[in-house]
Amino acid sequence: MLIAISFYLLAFTAVAAAFMVVAARNPVHSVMYLILTFFSAAGLFVLMGAEFLALLLVMVYVGAVAVLFLFVVMMLDVDFAEMKEGFLSYLPIGGLVAIILLIEMILVGATYASKTPSTVVDRTDGQSNLQAFGQVLYTDYAGVFEAAGFVLLVAMIGAIVLTLRTREGVRKQDAMKQMARTREDGVELVDIAPGQGISPMKPSSTEG
Amino acid sequence: MLANVVWSDLSPLIWFALKFAQSLTFVLALALLVAALVLADRKIWAAVQMRRGPNVVGAFGLLQTIADALKFFFKEIVVPAGSDKFLFILAPVLGLIMAFMAWAVVPVAPGWVISDINIGVLYVLAISSLGVYGIIIGGWASNSKYPFMGALRSAAQMVSYEVSIGFIILTVIFLTGSMNLTEIVDAQAGGLFNWHMFFLDFKNPINLVLFPIMFYMGVLFFISALAETNRPPFDLPEAESELVAGYQVEYSSTPFLMFFFAEYVNIMLLSGMMTILFLGGWHAPIDIGVQFIPPFLWFFLKTAFLFFMFAMVKAIVPRYRYDQLMRLGWKVFLPTSLAAVVIVSSWVVFFGDKV
Repeated sequence: MLIAISFYLLAFTAVAAAFMVVAARNPVHSVMYLILTFFSAAGLFVLMGAEFLALLLVMVYVGAVAVLFLFVVMMLDVDFAEMKEGFLSYLPIGGLVAIILLIEMILVGATYASKTPSTVVDRTDGQSNLQAFGQVLYTDYAGVFEAAGFVLLVAMIGAIVLTLRTREGVRKQDAMKQMARTREDGVELVDIAPGQGISPMKPSSTEG
Repeated sequence: MLANVVWSDLSPLIWFALKFAQSLTFVLALALLVAALVLADRKIWAAVQMRRGPNVVGAFGLLQTIADALKFFFKEIVVPAGSDKFLFILAPVLGLIMAFMAWAVVPVAPGWVISDINIGVLYVLAISSLGVYGIIIGGWASNSKYPFMGALRSAAQMVSYEVSIGFIILTVIFLTGSMNLTEIVDAQAGGLFNWHMFFLDFKNPINLVLFPIMFYMGVLFFISALAETNRPPFDLPEAESELVAGYQVEYSSTPFLMFFFAEYVNIMLLSGMMTILFLGGWHAPIDIGVQFIPPFLWFFLKTAFLFFMFAMVKAIVPRYRYDQLMRLGWKVFLPTSLAAVVIVSSWVVFFGDKV
């Protein structure tokens, strides 16, 4: 009973929030609804007994990905009137994509519904979520998992290479150099004869 | 708090009532502690600067925080005209809720925990990573330049330091072989040298390799905790010399109090987490077989000591510049904690007795 109520509440929230992601006028509100969707999905995972997956979803998507989304979207300067102008011209293409996606989802749903209904069952060997995940990822499919890791590594290096640029004449701070600085490097005592002033001092060798 | 009551034997209503009472006790205790800690913070800060600190309200100024809280409650809530009103109010509420939520899995003494889930560490990490939303949303909803800058800084800072905190916690999880906070504490039973931060195991010389690494991890965790809670020397989101008060500029009255409250609850949470992960939780430093001092008191003392360190750092360390903060996080903490993860996991595989 309680589980059923929780399920319908979470499922309804997830779908409603997902709809609002598209419908909200303000992009920042959209991201907030997206976060609500993630949360509801995490709640559904907990109901299924997959609490590890739920927390991972919250940590990775809500805690990191959505923060970066919000970070970017907050700084956007969007003109809503201008955005709405082009709406009709994009309607055919957008509509086509939507219809294709709808057909695909109906097909998937129909295939699923035609099978015998199955419910989530606890593992019989008493393994915890965490152990089951570890078993699958790091023992059964270790090679594939490592390959996926390498793909991500390549993507990361690619992003760094694309954005890396070296400029000449940038004054950089070198913490080690600063700490290695001694009194002799930084201070010069000059004995000035009265009435003669001081000759220009030689520039210091250490920057920073 | 009733030890070993079989929850499934109770009717759902009684179960709910008991859990509710537990949570309420935790929240009230935390709220009272925050009041004490704010005063302690100010007193320590004052002592370092050879001042007296708050000493007018109540004996030795003990009621100063209460007076301040009352002042905040009775002030008018000013919502800026151009702000996003709903999010503006939501932000501090969210921050406070997230700060309290993480305490649900923190064991303060054997069995004294609201929910003893087996992935408690992950839960704390997940919830504390949500704390940043209060700050970001608050900064954006204020529709003002300084709060916005503060929110951006805070987002970047908290995301950066969470990565190294995650790796540091991984080393502890490897050593314990569990993500349950109670089990992590119990793995450190039996004296000072079983605590993860002072891990000295003389049975096998190769085990001594872990001591410098785990000590360093403990220090890194403390520094990352400073950055994670936006405390000095990493309080760039609210650097008063550059950003007035950062994301709090437009806040007044109760919403401001909530931000303030959330900050101190978070500081307590990270002090408590460090106690659990590195300083043996409720275990006494010397194991003599009998506990004369209640376990909770040990936990409290260790957490209070860590908070004292937080306050001392605030008083004596100058603020970091933003690029220095990022350099420290990404170029020092991340590589070294990553290396520690590799070394500790190798140690567990080749020399550990828990596998």
